[in-house]
Amino acid sequence: MGKRKPVPDRDQEPVVQRIRIRYAKRGRLRFTSHRDFARALERAVRRAEVPIAYSAGFSPHPKISYVGASPTGVASEAEYAEVGLRRPMDADALRQALDAALPPGIDVVDAVVSAGGSLADRIQVSRWRLELPGVAPDELAVAVETFMAAPEAPVERSTKQGRRTLDARAPVERCQVVEEPTSMGETSTSVEGLAAPLPGYPAPCAILDLVVRHVTPSVRPDEILAGLRSVADLEPPAPVRATRVAQGVFTEDGDVADPLAADREGTPQR
Amino acid sequence: MSAASVFPRLEPLLPRVSKPIQYVGGELNAVAKDWDSAAVRWALMYPDAYEVGQPNQGVQILYEVLNERDDVLAERTYAVWPDLEALMREHGVPQFTVDAHRPVAAFDLFGVSFATEMGYTNLLAALDLAQIPLDAAARDESHPVVIAGGHAAFNPEPIADFIDAAVLGDGEEAVLEITDIVRAWKADGRPGGRDELLLRLARTEAVYVPRFYDVDYLPDGRIQRVIPNRAEVPFRVHKRTTMDLDQWPYPKQPLVPLAETVHERYAVEIFRGCTRGCRFCQAGMITRPVRERSITTIGDMVERGIKESGFNEVGLLSLSSADHSEIGDVCSGLADRYEGDNVSLSLPSTRVDAFNVTLAQELSRNGRRSGLTFAPEGGSERIRRVINKMVSEEDLIRTVVTAYQGGWRQVKLYFMCGLPTETDDDVLQIARLAHEVIKAGREATGSKDIRCTVSIGGFVPKPHTPFQWASQADPETVDRRLKLLKQEINSNRSLGRAIGYRYHDGEPSVIEGLLSRGDRRVGAVIRRVWEQGGRFDGWSEHFSYRRWTDAAAEALEPMGVSLAWYTLRERDENEVLPWDHLDSGLDKEWLWADWQDSLSEVEQDDCRWTPCFDCGVCPGMDTEIQIGPTGRKLLPLTVV
Repeated sequence: MGKRKPVPDRDQEPVVQRIRIRYAKRGRLRFTSHRDFARALERAVRRAEVPIAYSAGFSPHPKISYVGASPTGVASEAEYAEVGLRRPMDADALRQALDAALPPGIDVVDAVVSAGGSLADRIQVSRWRLELPGVAPDELAVAVETFMAAPEAPVERSTKQGRRTLDARAPVERCQVVEEPTSMGETSTSVEGLAAPLPGYPAPCAILDLVVRHVTPSVRPDEILAGLRSVADLEPPAPVRATRVAQGVFTEDGDVADPLAADREGTPQR
Repeated sequence: MSAASVFPRLEPLLPRVSKPIQYVGGELNAVAKDWDSAAVRWALMYPDAYEVGQPNQGVQILYEVLNERDDVLAERTYAVWPDLEALMREHGVPQFTVDAHRPVAAFDLFGVSFATEMGYTNLLAALDLAQIPLDAAARDESHPVVIAGGHAAFNPEPIADFIDAAVLGDGEEAVLEITDIVRAWKADGRPGGRDELLLRLARTEAVYVPRFYDVDYLPDGRIQRVIPNRAEVPFRVHKRTTMDLDQWPYPKQPLVPLAETVHERYAVEIFRGCTRGCRFCQAGMITRPVRERSITTIGDMVERGIKESGFNEVGLLSLSSADHSEIGDVCSGLADRYEGDNVSLSLPSTRVDAFNVTLAQELSRNGRRSGLTFAPEGGSERIRRVINKMVSEEDLIRTVVTAYQGGWRQVKLYFMCGLPTETDDDVLQIARLAHEVIKAGREATGSKDIRCTVSIGGFVPKPHTPFQWASQADPETVDRRLKLLKQEINSNRSLGRAIGYRYHDGEPSVIEGLLSRGDRRVGAVIRRVWEQGGRFDGWSEHFSYRRWTDAAAEALEPMGVSLAWYTLRERDENEVLPWDHLDSGLDKEWLWADWQDSLSEVEQDDCRWTPCFDCGVCPGMDTEIQIGPTGRKLLPLTVV
């Protein structure tokens, strides 16, 4: 007998179709980490009996690739992944099957057959919504003005490799206070699926609309808040709730365009 | 206490703690039931972190069995890590269930499953966080009835002050009967209050209520007697045995965690009980007789379990899985069904037997190969006779060589240190065995690229085993032998390089020994340790030997006993043991005879294949061995 047993002759069936999905992390399941989500999706694929393709080798993995990932504890309406199938499937049927096989709160909200091109390339910016309980909109507006006028907003992040300094100001394309009343409970969701401030949170509650360019290392909502603190002395009295509302291409008029639009139209993009 | 969700108060704390996902619930197959429509409500706890407790089979089974009843509700709770505990105290958030985040104190019953005694301090932490008085005697009608279960409940005396009741043995039917008693008592308008409810439970003879028993001590510290202090309360409480496991195919809808846990697989218990008679093994003694699930039930459970959970790993669990009467057909049938399906199947392999390798080979047909572990337990033939682990050196070498030839490059060998009558030489023989294994493996495969890992656990004498009378080795002896063994393994550099060595310090075993064989006086030690910050004692980074020895000195010495008295002292035949009034079915005279046989190095056969040797369980409990073969086979699944 030799050393390692040769890789068994187990050709996995090839990928014949790729489907891109958008999913949301809502309510209490916003505490799901990216790794947690990846395991949950793999199991959902199995439960839903989706004809997923597997990688070859000793330890075959389902062909799923993820594009970015929101930080743990941050809700999102717009996370993206791509699944490789060994048999073609209707995109919406896949969406429904996966959604039913995932726990409520992790919801598959869109699915489109890939028309090719890189999805990652179309995910250039994130639009965030930050709820700041106990902060008056006027107070926030003043802080935002100071922040946007600042040439830079250095903040510290502690990583496994130690502390590093990031500029929280540079990637911020847009930062504005929005006026909107909210009065919903923990589990209810608005049209955009956003959980509202909880009872017991101090009123008022200012809301911030942010568009942040994806840079390396990424700048997260926490760091923008740290920037607002360091540059404009903003100290929210209660935990801030962040939700990623959208990701996509940053358009000339300052908006965020649907990254699946090209696939929907069937025109491969760059 | 109001049953309203504490989530609004908990949620702002979660971003500040590590792995918040473990506290939010919402797992696939979790059940959300209406509080008001339930007549009886259980909070079930596994007293360790979620990542350890969530996969626990016992809690999952009871959760499902209870929630299947229309008017019964069960939710789960786990130990919270110190970071969240501190925040919960600061913000007045009580111990909560992960399902609907209700306060544990609002439930009728609080059931805690103790797989190990090291969870006792976490019980106190949870009770205190739940705002339930630690002292059972201080609780009133508004508090849940705190019930201990699991293997440690076969001697719950060290936590007798903190629990209201304990159930010995299988829980499936016991929880339903307890539910019926609580339902009736509530429907009757709670006559006689908490006392009456506990009395109704105690009268079943299957629920132990410590407060209804008085313990008297002799001047030398030993127990004089344990007697009921009420009429109607039985002198002995009997363990529960669920027969015909095919009628109880749980878990049917396994809980699928979002958080990462220690076992992410669908586990099916292919049989319960074990009659191999390893003398150190409490599980094998207290779960008799052997009751198999049939091959077809196993097949159905696996099929359904994978479908309901989406797990890609299946574990065929039991105390000695290769002993199932149709294990060959179970393995080949499942391997056929899931070939090419990327589902991995595994068998916890502890039997030292080439057949086990064949089974593992069969299960790994689809490419995923699990590790192989063999447990000779003792290094010398002599010590293996003492512990009744009937494995010869020849068996071991043959088995491991078969594994190497079958393509495994690494096997794990499990041993114990600190066994009764053990000498340095018995332990050093482990090194010789490991050397022989590597030599034979190199010869058989012609390759130097094979390894084995020697993994050593400290032996702890347990109640209801033939070693319940034994002296536990002191930690210095264990640590010294482990050090000698390490030197011996590395005395041959070529062979030593191929041998990994894993062991634990002797100190935690001594504390486990205290908690295993302790009596009610040990409760004061547990309380003191908890007060001094003791939590998560099963985790080496949280365990403090010093905290335990200090607490033991303070709490026990005024009573004329000590840590050493409980652990290092050999008991004699006539001593009243703290658990003598708790009936595991094993005849105490048989246990003593087996202990004496052990000391004379006399082995005992397995009654599954040889005539009954009168351990006492079957006639005492009115049970019998339930095994196949059924002669049935697993048919291929219809392709979807």
